Amino acid sequence: MGHGRFCHPHIDIGQLGGLRFIGSTPRAYDGRMTGVALVTGVSGYLGSRLAGRLAADPTIGRVIGVDVVPPTGEQLNLLGRTEFVRADIRNPLISKVIAQAAVDTVVHASVTATPHNAGGRTPMKEMNVIGTMQLLAACQKADSVRRVVVKSTTAVYGNSARDPAIFTEDMSAYALPNAGYAKDAVEVESYVRGFVRRRPDVELSLLRFANFVGPYIDTPLTRYFQLPLVPVAFGFDPRLQLLHAEDAVEVLRLAATSSRPGTFNVAADGVLLLSQAIRRAGRIALPVPEPAVALVGRAVRRSGLVDFSPEQMQFLNFGRVVCNARLKTEFGYQPRFSTASAFADFVRRRPVLPVLSPEHQAWAGRAEAVALGLVAELDAGRSALSRRLLKWGAEHG
Amino acid sequence: MADARVIRLHPERDSENAKPLRSVRSDTASAETAETAETAETAEATESTGTAGSRAESSWERAAAAGLAFLRRRLTGDYQVDDFGFDAELTETAVVPLFKPLYEKWFRTEVSGVQHLPENSGALIVANHAGALWAIDAVMTAVAVHEETPGHRFLRMLGADLVFTTPVLAPLARKTGGTLACNPDAERLLAGGELVGVWPEGFKGIGKPFGERYKLQRFGRGGFVSAALRTGTPIIPTSIVGSEEIHPMLGNAKTLARLLNLPYFPLTPTFPWLGPLGLVPLPSKWHIEFGEPIETAKYGPESADDPMLVFELTDRVREQIQGTLYRLLTQRRSVWH
Repeated sequence: MGHGRFCHPHIDIGQLGGLRFIGSTPRAYDGRMTGVALVTGVSGYLGSRLAGRLAADPTIGRVIGVDVVPPTGEQLNLLGRTEFVRADIRNPLISKVIAQAAVDTVVHASVTATPHNAGGRTPMKEMNVIGTMQLLAACQKADSVRRVVVKSTTAVYGNSARDPAIFTEDMSAYALPNAGYAKDAVEVESYVRGFVRRRPDVELSLLRFANFVGPYIDTPLTRYFQLPLVPVAFGFDPRLQLLHAEDAVEVLRLAATSSRPGTFNVAADGVLLLSQAIRRAGRIALPVPEPAVALVGRAVRRSGLVDFSPEQMQFLNFGRVVCNARLKTEFGYQPRFSTASAFADFVRRRPVLPVLSPEHQAWAGRAEAVALGLVAELDAGRSALSRRLLKWGAEHG
Repeated sequence: MADARVIRLHPERDSENAKPLRSVRSDTASAETAETAETAETAEATESTGTAGSRAESSWERAAAAGLAFLRRRLTGDYQVDDFGFDAELTETAVVPLFKPLYEKWFRTEVSGVQHLPENSGALIVANHAGALWAIDAVMTAVAVHEETPGHRFLRMLGADLVFTTPVLAPLARKTGGTLACNPDAERLLAGGELVGVWPEGFKGIGKPFGERYKLQRFGRGGFVSAALRTGTPIIPTSIVGSEEIHPMLGNAKTLARLLNLPYFPLTPTFPWLGPLGLVPLPSKWHIEFGEPIETAKYGPESADDPMLVFELTDRVREQIQGTLYRLLTQRRSVWH
């Protein structure tokens, strides 16, 4: 392949659990600073913030942002000196961009979990899987590329009651995800492994992120917690492990600007039970019997309130917790927010978003009013009760 | 009454401010939840240092206040669970007290060998499994560990996957310290210094006919032994007597079991004939003995992959439990007392 001179002797390609690297301490990028960085998905929340941080770093020569849609107002302000290239990574054109700009660092942050944003499930899969394939093929061809960072997800561990309570990077799912975003991510990771085999000289960081929360990030999960009545699977109370969006951006930045190769679970410390999170968010759980979960999931999805795929409904049955020890020791990053504090920050600072998007408000307005009235009633009742309890407790205790 | 007590609680503050108590109280009540919680806690803390004279009348109130504080934390989600979903507060405040009467009054459980349980390090408790209807022997072992150990330790139980796919049962098992019986979980708990309980006979043990009572079934593949070896924690063979008689299993409705996707469907003298009443266990007299620990640290963690050693240790554990069971049975005067 002609890249032997860059070969890192310490890299060992693992099998199932992803990439395994021997050599534990993150090294300084031996003399080679990041010259030209390319960020995919730059119009997204994480992509735009990452590109903005990179652009603010004077040691980085150029920052190129790629996306199929141009960044909008708020993101535009964040991007700074980032050069935007409107390109589809499914198109071989991306190869030209990389070659012409002599890109040395590629951050692939465009793998998405939300079919709505991508225009449906089929385009989403195309973007995720074919896009990654094309991008990695372009990276493989470009000699200038020295470092690749891929954003993956802990969803690759699947959702099942038959799995260990805490996943480490070397474990694989009891049943491999066979649909949706999780399956895309599994496929993306298999291309990544192929890429590492073909270009062992490239430092590759594969980052498996837990579910994001934060005051401004918009994900199916944050929308879910903004529902007035939160549907949950009856008789199940999954453990949730989250990651604050700020921590996510910082981990991406560190991976892009310093040498931290390997596969890492990126998740906050600690867990919250779903019921606990709903209570902390001041919402009301609506238990749905298991056979109806899929139905309710579909209904919620059709209504456009929450873009919840079936495998995400599964996630609400069993939850998923990963071990972040390798992130702390080998990667060398301690998440600033724990799961609980990240969730608290989300609850405290979230902007008051309309529960319904404008096009749904017309027909759903009445239903909303009824539901909100009901919630207010229940909430008032509950808070009155807890207030009374508090008062009583304060007087007598 | 409230006024009188409060004055004793904050003598210096009241004399300094000379402020009417009522207004102090209402200020606190209207403040933020967190602050109120703090104040309530400090009040509780100060209360415990109160004079002996007030103790008799305030004990009930203290209990009520603690109960209310607990309820408030539940309502607002203000409690901690560990990575496995274990809710120590709920277990200690609600679940153990719920099963304690069953443990103390119904089964009159006697416990021996508590000195074999380490005070603050990890150990693997391996016990025989029985009871036909539900794993009540596991619950009783957990109560015994919590009640009898000086530090009121919790037992982290390893359960079958059926437990974690069953609605209601699944979250309850996690909240009370259970997790799936698999090596990664067991090793993580043991390495974290927890007391872990495992019933390696599984469904073969719990669903065996009454005629085979106290005969240990096969001990699986010895996964629990390799978990102990890898973490260097002692194995404590534990024998439970009394659990076999609570629901004498006379038959097994196999077709019904297959239909309901269960490993077996027990038929006992009372179940399912008496409906929910059939779930009431017979009041046998129980004895739980925590046996002499089997040390594993000397073999080293790499020995976990040595199948001969694993089988040998599995057999040793099994024989020790079986031997103790026979000894306890011969010492027993009657099933009921």
